[in-house]
Amino acid sequence: MPFKILKKQELVPTIHLMDISAPRIARKAQPGQFVILRIDETGERIPLTIADFDRKKGTITMIFQAMGKTTTQLSTLKEGNDLLDFIGPLGNPAHIENEGTVILVGGGVGVAPVFPQARAFKEAGNKVISIIGARSANLLLWEDKMREFSDELYITTDDGSKGHHGFVTDIVKKILESGTSVDRVIAIGPPVMMRAVAGVTKPFNVKTTVSLNSIMVDGTGMCGACRVLVGNETKFACVDGPEFDAHLVDFTLLMNRLAIYQPEEKIAFEKYKCEREGCKC
Amino acid sequence: MLDRQKMPEQDPKVRRSNFNEVALGFTDDQAIEEAKRCLQCKKPKCIEGCPVEVRIPDFVKYVSIGDFDSAIKEIKSVNALPAICGRVCPQESQCEALCILGKKGGPVSIGRLERFVSDYESKLEAEIPKKPEPTGKKVAIVGSGPAGLTAAADLARVGHSVTIFEALHAAGGVLTYGIPEFRLPKDIVRAEVEYVKKLGVTLLLDSVIGKIDTVDELLSDFDAVFLGTGAGLPMFLNIDGENLNGVYSANEFLTRVNLMKSYKFPDYDTPIKKGKHVVVVGGGNVAMDSARCALRLGATEVTIVYRRGEEEMPARAEEIEHAKEEGIKFRLLTNPVRLNGDAKNWVTDIECINMYLCEPDESGRCKPMPLAGSEHKIEADVVIIAIGTSPNPLVPRTTKGLEISKHGTIIAKENGATTKEGVFAGGDAVTGAATVISAMGAGKIAARAIDEYLKGK
Repeated sequence: MPFKILKKQELVPTIHLMDISAPRIARKAQPGQFVILRIDETGERIPLTIADFDRKKGTITMIFQAMGKTTTQLSTLKEGNDLLDFIGPLGNPAHIENEGTVILVGGGVGVAPVFPQARAFKEAGNKVISIIGARSANLLLWEDKMREFSDELYITTDDGSKGHHGFVTDIVKKILESGTSVDRVIAIGPPVMMRAVAGVTKPFNVKTTVSLNSIMVDGTGMCGACRVLVGNETKFACVDGPEFDAHLVDFTLLMNRLAIYQPEEKIAFEKYKCEREGCKC
Repeated sequence: MLDRQKMPEQDPKVRRSNFNEVALGFTDDQAIEEAKRCLQCKKPKCIEGCPVEVRIPDFVKYVSIGDFDSAIKEIKSVNALPAICGRVCPQESQCEALCILGKKGGPVSIGRLERFVSDYESKLEAEIPKKPEPTGKKVAIVGSGPAGLTAAADLARVGHSVTIFEALHAAGGVLTYGIPEFRLPKDIVRAEVEYVKKLGVTLLLDSVIGKIDTVDELLSDFDAVFLGTGAGLPMFLNIDGENLNGVYSANEFLTRVNLMKSYKFPDYDTPIKKGKHVVVVGGGNVAMDSARCALRLGATEVTIVYRRGEEEMPARAEEIEHAKEEGIKFRLLTNPVRLNGDAKNWVTDIECINMYLCEPDESGRCKPMPLAGSEHKIEADVVIIAIGTSPNPLVPRTTKGLEISKHGTIIAKENGATTKEGVFAGGDAVTGAATVISAMGAGKIAARAIDEYLKGK
């Protein structure tokens, strides 16, 4: 039962968008959920957060950064190509209701999963303040889409090429210090960013939610690869999450566990590059 | 003439570094000789020991006269998965335990004969029985493990339209993700799944019920639903250090090796930590499988740590024997208390305490108690926790009116009926982690109850 790639686009260097034909999943997908995909018979299963969905067209949109073997191979696929397996929607949907004022923080490729939440929070009647960040202006994702559903939109870049010169946390802090009443903060991005946001919001006692991207195999609660420590309790990101209370997450453990297969990832990537480009070794 | 035929096996020294099947199977002559040992009892006890009701003396008789075609046909009229059963059933505690020859030279090797005729057939084109008259009723089966496949085959045989929903990308459940290649080759699983499909069963992979469809939604399309969702969530010891890098649940370790074929990394993309000093915690078949996989991945030392004695180990005697032959070390009456790690969060050793056994507990086994002052460390760079699983929560969490026990298992009557109308369940999802054959038995019983239920609809 192959899943066709209907649209493929490089949004910014190394970051790609893909629309996959998966009507049964699109029918059910909610903001905050993820899919697991496998490209081919020898491929690994990787989780990707759902960036958007279209129930009418029956498509799921994913945004991913070509970083290692699997994501790079994925980025070489073209419209009309198939994915062998596409499984979802997995994980619990984001909890969205009218809470008042909500800050949504998206860092790097994390802007993608933040987008459907921004839209849903806006549609639920919240005041939406969005903060999106990237290393540099040319890597900034989906500014227009985010603007459409935000009452206020802030941009930060690490190198100062656009918006605020600095990190997303600087803006979060400024807003909280200004005395604006904020009911919830949602932060999705690299673990260091999520940890930093949690650190900023903690003294203000603002409920903060993060989406954890731990390593997964089956994604259905069977293997326990994705286990994380939340409030000193072991949780499985795939069935208990992926969203958790940021103030209770052990980010150090998360980052340590994300690094487990770094040597193997390097071997797989080198082998892949050799096979694609002809081996020089 | 009275002694059991010995089944050829791969030499332990060779097999400890490959994933090929350990047992090699009888030759034609061996099978006939072994089958001739059967006394063809008037009131055969062996059948009572078979959860899927194979008419054992009948098929054994065909083997004894060299009519292997009739033998396999006889088995397959009741059991769709004989090549699997012949390999992984604990015959020594089921059919063979009741064989009258048990007292005289050993019971007839029923399991090995079943395996022999299945393998004989696999070299030919499997005969597909004539399709029955369609009943017009539709049944959804959730999970393609032993319970689901058995229920699906039996329901298709009586003319119901059957669809299996499988969460993973390959069918077979524990037969595919759990039991290693060297004990149950995946080609065999695939062939038996194909046979079930040829009976008219539709198989939908990549379909996580509870997510893509709820059971309630299935009930609007189907007349009945069977839940064979298996034992899901791995249990941990709840001791310090369990989240260190290098610490696996057996489910994760085995899924990487078996389903994802990480033993072929980097030709297959899924990585695995091979480990030099591997410690496996637990005493069941899953612990033996994990230890023997770790050895084949290239570990220099693999140790099984178990808190009771060998007598109390739930693993099959044959598996324990095979593990020992391959050089796996056993530290019995030993219980982990803590896992220690280095600055980079990698496990370095497992701290254990010696145990002694006192009076039997409610499980009938002797309760292990710690021996004060016996703490010691075992070096380990990979630790695999194989102490059991609890049921997967996805279906219970999303199904209204489906009652669950305090252990998370689905409550079902003997015939598989749950507290929700039209919904039946069987296998590990109901009993908690058990055996392949007991799950198949439950699938068979539930199929009968579903058929009855549909007739009354």
